[in-house]
Amino acid sequence: MNEAYRYFLVFLGALLIYNILLIRFIALCPLIGVSTQVETSIGMAMSVLFVMTMASAASWVAWNYILKPLHVGEFLYIPVFILIIASLVQFTEMVIKKTSPPLYRAMGIYLPLITTNCAVLAAATESVKPGFLKLNVAYHFSLPECLVYTIGVALGFGIVIIIFACIRERLETSPVPHAFKGAPLAFMIAAILSLAFMGFANLLGL
Amino acid sequence: MGCRKGRQVDWSLVWKAAIALGGLSLFFAVLLAIAGEKFKVETDPRLDELLEAVLGTNCGACGFPGCEAACNAVLEGRAGVDVCVAGGQGVVDAVAGVMGMEATRSLRGIAQVHCKGGLRESKPKAVYQGIGSCTAAELIAGGGKGCKYGCIGLGTCRDVCPVNAIVIDEDHRRWVDRDRCTGCALCVEACPRGLIEIVPRDQEVLVACNNRDKGGKARKVCSVSCIACRKCEKTCDFDAIHVKDNRSWIDYDKCTQCGKCIEVCPNNVLVRVVPPRK
Repeated sequence: MNEAYRYFLVFLGALLIYNILLIRFIALCPLIGVSTQVETSIGMAMSVLFVMTMASAASWVAWNYILKPLHVGEFLYIPVFILIIASLVQFTEMVIKKTSPPLYRAMGIYLPLITTNCAVLAAATESVKPGFLKLNVAYHFSLPECLVYTIGVALGFGIVIIIFACIRERLETSPVPHAFKGAPLAFMIAAILSLAFMGFANLLGL
Repeated sequence: MGCRKGRQVDWSLVWKAAIALGGLSLFFAVLLAIAGEKFKVETDPRLDELLEAVLGTNCGACGFPGCEAACNAVLEGRAGVDVCVAGGQGVVDAVAGVMGMEATRSLRGIAQVHCKGGLRESKPKAVYQGIGSCTAAELIAGGGKGCKYGCIGLGTCRDVCPVNAIVIDEDHRRWVDRDRCTGCALCVEACPRGLIEIVPRDQEVLVACNNRDKGGKARKVCSVSCIACRKCEKTCDFDAIHVKDNRSWIDYDKCTQCGKCIEVCPNNVLVRVVPPRK
């Protein structure tokens, strides 16, 4: 298996086949909560892409240069990754607020929301322990692989949440039975979309 | 030490864990402390005061994403001092105080149902047994009620009210809880007969009828209907009440709430806000 093809598989696996929202159902709160308008969902998707990439890279470094040499990773990775993610998000928020007010206005309100989001923690964890992919070739990701993987996860998150927001925006003006309005219908759509994404299963042997 | 007999504790592992986690925490603490100083952004000092003044629960009732966004909107003039809907008059006064503005009269309106006829007052013309929703009843020849302008009483407004401010009793009469109502106007849109209006919060004298029929016909369907006798119009010293479309309308800007019209109204259509019947 050549190098480029493996990157492609890692990316595709993270993006579609093991989509974080619809196949693994991690990060349900933004899926339901921030998907009522396309505009906010795009903001959320951008922020997730940004934070997730950063957090996973930092977690990879912490894992490979601190936790693994000390042999404490197996039981300490969750507190350490949460610490890293929370601190980095705070730090980034400060930097963005100072250096780029327009970017802060676009992303600012989502950054604190993402701080403790499970999708970010999941991506960080899996970039150091990529157990779920059936890629026995890459049980330990290198840093570039970890970045490709994380970007795939984040884009998968973004695509789904934007599709979801588009559907929900149209449903806003549709004659929906009163009992189904809002969250109940959102879950039903999520289930149907999830079925659609299951069609990718076993694609390219993943 | 604190563990079961016969088990060895690998103290070096404990120390390593403590060092790894402690070291990282210290690193990030220092990083954030330095960043906090270096990337400090000068904000309007009034922002903190405003955040103190509003409720601060991030409830979202104002339509802004969180209290901070609402406070920024107030500072930029995009929202009035009455932005904190959930806080009530006390918060409005506090916000106005921070902004150096006078809290204006009747900052946000209150819902008022323009009908006081229940099952006892308005004779039913049929028994309605359909879906328990005013919208459905309105589609089927207006439900069972005699008056085709008045409240159907099945509670569509009560169902949409997010703060449970609308009470409907067993006689299908309805009351708006003035302490709870936030003036969000969801009920105004929900009522299929357009009976609900947002009136100024301190308005107490109100017209409680929406019947647009001529006197005799109106009297036939309901004992508390407006018969367009114009007595209120003639009595009013402030030109604040007029009869149009066979019912009277109050001009809330002119009304001084003296209550003279209430005394002369033959059918008790004009009311001072009524408390729920116990």
